[in-house]
Amino acid sequence: MMPDLGKYAVAVLSSYGVTLALLAALVALTLWQGRRVKRQLEEVESRQGQSQGKHDG
Amino acid sequence: MSLWEYANPKKFMQVSARVLPVVIGLAGVSLTVGLIWGFFLTPDDFRQGSTVKIIFIHVPTAMMAINAWVMMLVASLIWLVRRHHVSALAARAAAPVGLTFTAIALVTGAFWGQPMWGTWWAWDPRLTAFLILALFYLGYMALWQAVDDPDTAADLTAVLCMVGSVFAVLSRYAVKFWNQGLHQDSTILKVGEADPIAPAYYVPLVVCIIGFVLLFVALVLLRTRTEIRARRLSALLARERLA
Repeated sequence: MMPDLGKYAVAVLSSYGVTLALLAALVALTLWQGRRVKRQLEEVESRQGQSQGKHDG
Repeated sequence: MSLWEYANPKKFMQVSARVLPVVIGLAGVSLTVGLIWGFFLTPDDFRQGSTVKIIFIHVPTAMMAINAWVMMLVASLIWLVRRHHVSALAARAAAPVGLTFTAIALVTGAFWGQPMWGTWWAWDPRLTAFLILALFYLGYMALWQAVDDPDTAADLTAVLCMVGSVFAVLSRYAVKFWNQGLHQDSTILKVGEADPIAPAYYVPLVVCIIGFVLLFVALVLLRTRTEIRARRLSALLARERLA
């Protein structure tokens, strides 16, 4: 149930909204970059006949 | 076993792969519990009304914005002294996370300051030092991008990190150095003193702080793994071009 934020509702909700949006963008960017680089590395390693995922844990 | 074993990229990848699911899980649980507790289950403050709920995001992100820079400083010093590439890449990986926390702290501070102080912004020593820290984050990331040779970039950004540390320290201690600003001194370490933060806010705040620390660790581990892979990718592509 939503708490009664009174006359400060805009300030409080905006703070939480901006925070969640920025954190979501950061997490999404981190995961997207991670997957892209991992895929590219696997492609190059297989092309060069390297053992796959030499640095992977 | 030596701590420096983790400076080996292969060892770092193995250990971080095992640790990451635990850190991500704990970060998710503590952030969910802390933020729901803080937003839905805490009472309004008798003076600040519901704006007190902003404390559960403003304080942890501001703390982590400064602590992230300190972590980058330690990693940069390790790079400068021992030339371990993983430490330089970890410092690079932490910068976007620190910048995001700095931006959140600045924005939520403005949303909190407007109804309480009557202004979105003031050239207060603590706020000004924090804004300069945000600019240092941007400059640090830009410098990494601007220099082609990765070792030179790591050297230059390590020096920039040392210079920026002045403002990371000032962001925390400016209130003590210049007692003339709007921003108050920290209250979370004043439990047991004359004017502490009430337990109704203190406990969920501590849970949120733990959550943001774990989120920072998880994101830095993920991003460092990406940086290590990207470094290996560029080395393999360079070798391919030479062949």
